[in-house]
Amino acid sequence: MEKILVCIKRVIDYNVKIRVKPDESGVVTEGVKMSINPFDEIALEEALRIKENGDAVEVVIVSIGPDDSQQQLRTGLAMGADRAILIKHDGEIEPLTVAKALSEIVEDENPGLIMMGKQAIDDDSSQTGQILAQLCDIPQATFASKVSIQEEKATVVREIDQGLETLEIDLPAIITTDLRLNEPRYVKLPDIMKAKKKVLDVIESGELKTDFSSSIEVINVTPPPPRESGVMVNDVEELVVALKEKGLLS
Amino acid sequence: MTKILVIAEHFDGEILSATSKTVNCASQISESIDILVLGDDSAVASQATTIDAVSNVLSISNEAFGYPVSSIMAPVVAEISSEYDYILLPSSTFGKDLAPRISAILDVNQVTDIMSVEEPRIFKRPIYAGNAIQTIKIAEGKKVLGTVRTASFKELGNSNSANLIETEMPSVNIPSHTRFIKIESEKTERPDLQVASIVISGGRGVGSAENFELLYQLADKLGASVGASRAAVDAGFVPNDMQVGQTGKIIAPDLYFAIGISGAIQHIAGIKDAGTIVAVNKDADAPIFEIADIGIVADLFEFIPQLTSKLD
Repeated sequence: MEKILVCIKRVIDYNVKIRVKPDESGVVTEGVKMSINPFDEIALEEALRIKENGDAVEVVIVSIGPDDSQQQLRTGLAMGADRAILIKHDGEIEPLTVAKALSEIVEDENPGLIMMGKQAIDDDSSQTGQILAQLCDIPQATFASKVSIQEEKATVVREIDQGLETLEIDLPAIITTDLRLNEPRYVKLPDIMKAKKKVLDVIESGELKTDFSSSIEVINVTPPPPRESGVMVNDVEELVVALKEKGLLS
Repeated sequence: MTKILVIAEHFDGEILSATSKTVNCASQISESIDILVLGDDSAVASQATTIDAVSNVLSISNEAFGYPVSSIMAPVVAEISSEYDYILLPSSTFGKDLAPRISAILDVNQVTDIMSVEEPRIFKRPIYAGNAIQTIKIAEGKKVLGTVRTASFKELGNSNSANLIETEMPSVNIPSHTRFIKIESEKTERPDLQVASIVISGGRGVGSAENFELLYQLADKLGASVGASRAAVDAGFVPNDMQVGQTGKIIAPDLYFAIGISGAIQHIAGIKDAGTIVAVNKDADAPIFEIADIGIVADLFEFIPQLTSKLD
């Protein structure tokens, strides 16, 4: 195929412990380390491997978000993507809107394969890939743990609740990636220097046809209710007594 | 009255408990609940008629539904749902794969992982792997499309006899671009992780695939299911479908044993709703003790045989 489009999202780094803002309007992002959504990083790694294997010519990455998302796109370019597109938009965006905006990019770029993470680790929605697949009227293979490309089709192993499912899908298609698919490469310093020279186009969200309004209103964001503090027991005897008291053992 | 359509999840000829749990969530919104069952015969649909709180079970039998493929099911669900105000699916890999395609066809925003119904249009859902809870409101007049976090809702009773309505396949285009090849499942005699009232999970501390045998023996004494942390799966001790956690299965058993599991955030996200959490770890500083209801600092290779023999 000619081109793979990989969608990446800027999120709070997965190692950061989340803090909810005192006014309950969201979580604290100021001064917090941001990264590429780890599932998207796996998607990009897979796309690069497909290209290195000779099954694709170009890997283009796209993101929607604030201007700072350029940092994550530069990281993606340093990993080996050829070109990047940022749809610049401030504020929260629902997956349906994201997918509509991405569908405009798909129309322009006409990729043979679209890849992204199975979900973003911030809103955990797990929707964008599937919505985009339906909007483009193409097949999807979500939660992929193995991908192989053959000419006009792909065979994908999916991690579903019942086990490992294998689907065959015609290209173009959307594949969303799960953790076990691969281990993304580390970026080396010379690659970061090279990435600075690569093309990164910025489009203002207002330039697209997509309407960025949403019918979902976030009322508040709160910390999860804490579990009541537990007790320590000294041996199996005491444990069995404690479980019997709770009626959990007969 | 507000009309709700629940999309049934079934596998291997059985309606899964996720369907009943989704109906439970629906029952907190309205009394008018129908289930849609897409299958290749109506036998599985008749099982759904016993689920309490359900008015009608709509059954569409078509060979296209021999195996669930979202791109085939989504246009059918979208067509049938025109009569309904709400469409709810379980937030399993089945529901997560299918619901967004319905969102695209109907042009309605989807709510993922409903964990509670505050008001008919106000829901709570976990974000950041359950480290924060978002309360959201769906605008009036809009169709509500959501997936239900099944760990947050109990299974309903089975004493109903809802109407079974054989429904005609709507005339929609059935795409041929997606072909099911095979599924590989680990067959086990033990109860399913998401259904079991007792779950025993092992972590990296278990040390090897062979050592998991200790957990299986204890599980069989208790009628429990066996799970694992991501570390144990990544180490190759057990297959991935045993993984409990944000990136595996999210479960809510009455009793949960975390054995040799340190308690990474991603694992805890999968067990937050468990009734009682028992942590067994030889490291007294392991973070799992912070969320455990009962903790015991012990070597699991001594602890498990002792507990197993106590249960004789």
